[in-house]
Amino acid sequence: MTYQFDFAALLPYWPEFVHGLWLTLQLSAMATVLGFIVGTLCAIGRADGPPAVKWAVAAYVEVIRNTPLLVQIFLVYFGIATLGFRIGANTAAVAALVVNVGAYTCEIVRAGLESVHKAQLEAADCLGLSRVQTYWHVVLRPAVERVYPALTSQYVLLMLASSITSQISAEELTAVANRVQSDTFRSFETYIVVGLLYLLLSFVVRIAFWLVGLGVFVRRRKLGTAL
Amino acid sequence: MSAVANPTRAAREDTPRSPQAGAPVVRLHDVHKSFGALKVLDGVSLDVGPGEVAAIIGQSGSGKSTALRCINALETIQQGTIHVCGHAIHDPQLDRRALRRDVGIVFQSYNLFPHLTAEQNIMLAPTCVKGMTKAQARELAREVLSHVGLAEKAEHYPEQLSGGQQQRVAIARSLAMRPKLMLFDEVTSALDPQLTGEVLKVMENLAREGMTMILVTHEMAFARKVASKVVYMHRGRVWETGTGAMLDDPQTPELRAFIGNGL
Ligand SMILES: Nc1ncnc2c1ncn2[C@@H]1O[C@H](COP(=O)(O)OP(=O)(O)O)[C@@H](O)[C@H]1O
Ligand SMILES: [Mg+2]
Repeated sequence: MTYQFDFAALLPYWPEFVHGLWLTLQLSAMATVLGFIVGTLCAIGRADGPPAVKWAVAAYVEVIRNTPLLVQIFLVYFGIATLGFRIGANTAAVAALVVNVGAYTCEIVRAGLESVHKAQLEAADCLGLSRVQTYWHVVLRPAVERVYPALTSQYVLLMLASSITSQISAEELTAVANRVQSDTFRSFETYIVVGLLYLLLSFVVRIAFWLVGLGVFVRRRKLGTAL
Repeated sequence: MSAVANPTRAAREDTPRSPQAGAPVVRLHDVHKSFGALKVLDGVSLDVGPGEVAAIIGQSGSGKSTALRCINALETIQQGTIHVCGHAIHDPQLDRRALRRDVGIVFQSYNLFPHLTAEQNIMLAPTCVKGMTKAQARELAREVLSHVGLAEKAEHYPEQLSGGQQQRVAIARSLAMRPKLMLFDEVTSALDPQLTGEVLKVMENLAREGMTMILVTHEMAFARKVASKVVYMHRGRVWETGTGAMLDDPQTPELRAFIGNGL
């Protein structure tokens, strides 16, 4: 039993694949930026907030880490609709991914925050810096630098996981693939191509993180040493 | 009116004639501080006048660091009063940010920010707290770095500097805020003798320029030479106070034993 590959059948669909690639990139980029902000604020809240905030963040993190992403996506999508808000599938997809990756980011960044010595906070306090200034100028950069590889992996995973949002018919690469294979009946070929495109996207995400790291962690770029 | 008519005279009256003159910059009265059941400060009273250099000496665990930390509102006290540069430290309504503008502190462990260059370490507080522009702050950083003999190290990161150099940057970082009072907690204890010398030199210059300073130190020779007041702490109390000469003629057996062990 031999299978006759026919990639040529997919050729007419290349603009769709490119479009899907672009949509996935957009979706992931938005979820990455927002997820990082949410996760970092949660990490600070958990490390330094009042007890109620600490407790709320801990509960959020545990719930997200112990439920499937697909269920979270459905909950966000249908939950928001039930509350009477009309949002598109793509907005719901970004929201769900932010909620999801925010929890994982919180745990990673928290480890980074804990690596910053208390004496650094005290030194900043003694110089007259406010709490916010201390976090912004003194704590955050070294904390994130130390956990940057873990963060990078987490956001590559996020990009890959965004494929699940096709389940609520968000427009992205996997949704495009589903359409193409039902048009062409070349399922195997379609998902081989999509797999390769995800591989390419992973590479793009890693490069992007590397470039951002070069810009943000100036000391590391210049000295090449770990903090 | 008279001050305007005769400014030189007014100025001369404002200037302390001797280190002890003028209202105290720091006044501790009967300060008590415990950590749980552990009594660390047991009724400490201390006055430090403008331009004075007070050296606090004593065994490890006698409460020296805690005293310094209480002065800088890093610890809350259970009893007594502390006044620093007009701020009532014991008052729960204390304006900490205002206090921070008047008091600088340097720790044994330098605590430079590792991701910032020497210059950026120094620029941070003037830009964040005093609202200076980057350019103004950079100029100021260069100035205070020269002051501690490190002008050429402005662009270096802490890890590229020796311990002594890091400590001098830490001192410069405090000086950039133009404090009225400088606190030093065993700032040379982590340094080998040669590097200790360069840091002490900077502190001695500061003292000579009239900076009011309180330093916790194990450097007896330095205390004897530079301090206008030496405070021996023992078991959370000020056990003996005097000038540097007190170290040559201790009155209490505890201080005698301490000096005997220390030398
Ligand atoms: N934050 C703290 N919590 C509990 N105990 C402390 C704390 N800080 C200091 N101590 C204790 O207080 C005592 C005095 O400490 P310290 O002021 O650091 O002494 P010194 O600087 O003279 O060596 C020591 O027994 C120390 O263990
Ligand atoms: Mg100490």
